[in-house]
Amino acid sequence: MNAIEMQSLTKKYGKVTAVDNLSLTIEQGELFSLLGVNGAGKTTTIKMLSCLIKPTGGDAVLLGDSVKERSQVIKGKINISPQETAVAANLSVIENLELIAGIYGQDSKSAKKSADGIASQFGLDGVRKKKTKQLSGGMQRRLSIAMALISNPQILFLDEPTLGLDVLARRELWASIGALKGKVTIILTTHYLEEAEALSDRVGIMANGKLTAVGTVAKLTEQTGTNKLEDAFIILAGGVV
Amino acid sequence: MRIVLFAKRNMKEILRDPVNFFFGLGFPLILLVLLSVINSAIPPEANNPMFAIENLAPGLAMFGTAFLALFAGMLLSKDRTSSFLMRLFTSPMTSLDFILGYTLPMLIMALVQAAITLLAAGIAGLEITIYILPAIVVTMITSFLFVGLGLLCGSAMNDKAVGGICGALLTNVAGWLSGVFVPIDLIGGTFKRIADILPFYHSVQAIRIALEGNYIEILPHLAVVLGYTVVIFVIAVIIFQRKMSGDKA
Repeated sequence: MNAIEMQSLTKKYGKVTAVDNLSLTIEQGELFSLLGVNGAGKTTTIKMLSCLIKPTGGDAVLLGDSVKERSQVIKGKINISPQETAVAANLSVIENLELIAGIYGQDSKSAKKSADGIASQFGLDGVRKKKTKQLSGGMQRRLSIAMALISNPQILFLDEPTLGLDVLARRELWASIGALKGKVTIILTTHYLEEAEALSDRVGIMANGKLTAVGTVAKLTEQTGTNKLEDAFIILAGGVV
Repeated sequence: MRIVLFAKRNMKEILRDPVNFFFGLGFPLILLVLLSVINSAIPPEANNPMFAIENLAPGLAMFGTAFLALFAGMLLSKDRTSSFLMRLFTSPMTSLDFILGYTLPMLIMALVQAAITLLAAGIAGLEITIYILPAIVVTMITSFLFVGLGLLCGSAMNDKAVGGICGALLTNVAGWLSGVFVPIDLIGGTFKRIADILPFYHSVQAIRIALEGNYIEILPHLAVVLGYTVVIFVIAVIIFQRKMSGDKA
């Protein structure tokens, strides 16, 4: 079953077309990576899918509901880990988790239970009562993803989830994200091509607001006659290898 | 439920910052002590009652709530720039949840702040009567103005700009043009006319009259303050909703 169906999804800012006639289908449980250079339209696409901005044209249907017509219903089924860590700085780890659980409708008892569970799952037990502004970048990223998952979303948007992390923290997060595969539909944007290669079921490449290629890593490298996703990406994004 | 959760979070964010504690509560109390000392040094023949406790107390109660603009603005602005609001905008929270969630903690703080300032003024010589209760309520009502200004600036500006406008500029304008630091009625002229046009002087007058228990005279002053408050809140809500449904959270 399809989790997301985009039909000619378009976003214009004045005369600038940020996303141009994007049509794409993503299956439930799939981990789909959206790649592109800065300004390609990835974040705008994610913002439209997560009901943060309205499309200028076309539509996207998430789990049977249109982003144009039933955004409030969709909001209960999705969650996002934005590019920035987006945590409440003066709240503790557990308080952040309980806050998000409560906002998504869990009662106090359930929210506490969910927060405890997800804190353990993401290795945050040792810093439960620490204010989030005192956490390392890696820990804040983990918390950010845990906050996105505590509502049990059916679709999860991860916007550059490992940006600025060292290699160890990145690999730890990869393991956490990888463990979600098949359970949650994940849309991932990243500039780290090895990350997309390691995690994705399929990859979509955007350039100048258009989707220039979609497929598995193997298909994209075969299509471009290259050996690595990075080389395939450069060709498909309009660069020169 | 969501409003309460979000309001609690906002309250914690503000109160866990010691700088906020100092400016919100400590600073008006320090001013109360300093200006009371100055008042006691003014000879009676000078006939200058501006720092007399019955004038000073309502002024400082209003002045203390001016910092709510800074708290609300900084919190909202930081929530925007750190993408915390972006996270919440994708949740089922409505614009009413956000507006009330940001406003309610400020009103509670205004109540507590006004109560502490006026009771401390009692120690400094203010006659504590039952009228202190309506004065606290009137202070809370006039504090809506500053909360609205904070939400307006926080919706439209980054935290540095909010710090400059709601911190340095607004507290100075509110302090000088409300009559807390200068005898506006004595100065008169253009200065008095400007103070009359703006809401700060009227806020202090409303609180002062409430302390005297003369409610009919409050209304013209409250009308000016509430007029500004409604306009500022409407603009703040429009800008916030545009951010919420717009392109730059």
